[in-house]
Amino acid sequence: MLNALTLILVCQLAGELASGGLGLPVPGPVIGMVLLFIYLMVRGGISQNMSKTADGLLGHLSLLFVPAGVGVMLHFGLLEDNWAAVSVALLASTVLTIIVTALMMQWLSRKQAS
Amino acid sequence: MSGLRDVWVYLSASPLLHLTMTLVAFQAASWIYEKANKNPLLNPVLLSVIAVVIMLVLSGTAYEDYFEGAQFVHFLLGPATVALAIPLYRQFDKVRASALAVLSSILAGSLTAILTALAIGSLLGASTDTLLSLAPKSVTAPVAMGISEQLGGLPSLTAVLVILTGITGAVLGPVVLNIIGVKDWAARGLAMGTASHGIATARALQVNEVAGAFAGLAMGLNALATAILLPLIWNWFF
Repeated sequence: MLNALTLILVCQLAGELASGGLGLPVPGPVIGMVLLFIYLMVRGGISQNMSKTADGLLGHLSLLFVPAGVGVMLHFGLLEDNWAAVSVALLASTVLTIIVTALMMQWLSRKQAS
Repeated sequence: MSGLRDVWVYLSASPLLHLTMTLVAFQAASWIYEKANKNPLLNPVLLSVIAVVIMLVLSGTAYEDYFEGAQFVHFLLGPATVALAIPLYRQFDKVRASALAVLSSILAGSLTAILTALAIGSLLGASTDTLLSLAPKSVTAPVAMGISEQLGGLPSLTAVLVILTGITGAVLGPVVLNIIGVKDWAARGLAMGTASHGIATARALQVNEVAGAFAGLAMGLNALATAILLPLIWNWFF
């Protein structure tokens, strides 16, 4: 458990260093995800410890967004100014993005399968 | 009475109170969500954010004081993002088999997210800095804030819009996908992750590991795609 957590933190730290040091447009944790993925490919499998630790972290992934979400309370004023434009654009754009991505993926995988 | 006040002063100065508040709110929200047969409109993140905001406003607590305690939960977001490599590795055969379809779909989704946000926002008369804060809304918060700052948007407003987009996608995504009849877990996860980053990835992962793996992958690749495409599109059109 501890060695898996250590490896995860090492990957994140290396990712943060790469992101900041090289000025990459991708955040440290996402680069860390790629590094851990490469490690797993090289190792050729996932240890039981890593499996348990990752599932523990990801099992409650939603909870981890609550503190940032509460930060919305700081910006009620900013939202008020353009709220109609912002809420319609945000809602419509999010729904359209979901529809386009899902239909495109479904269409391309069916085309590939046939 | 003064004894009670002393306890309150002690508690509100220690991280324990707000850390516990966050966990209790989330547990209660999850309980309601389960009781309501996992109705997507009762998303646990949405419910617990509303509950905590109400408690903080009523008790006159500043967000900074709340965050002193909640930061312990917030910190785990980084390691959890790294840990998304595990479901991705487990599902990698599926991802590799459809690599071209995955990349094309994420690209199409990325363009849709940027262009529709800019088009609808400007039609409805949003100001330039609001438009720039809105355009990267589908991307995970640190990247979105970087892009918007670079182009002249407001990073703090961007962070709020990113969170709201995440919650919108997590709440409406499953409903929309059911309406358009997309049942394939890979396509569902990919759409959720592209449109609504980590918050929808968390939702997808709860439902199905294939969906979660594709959502995590889409979140990472859309961050990269938007960071490259949005500055190009913005300089081209505006």
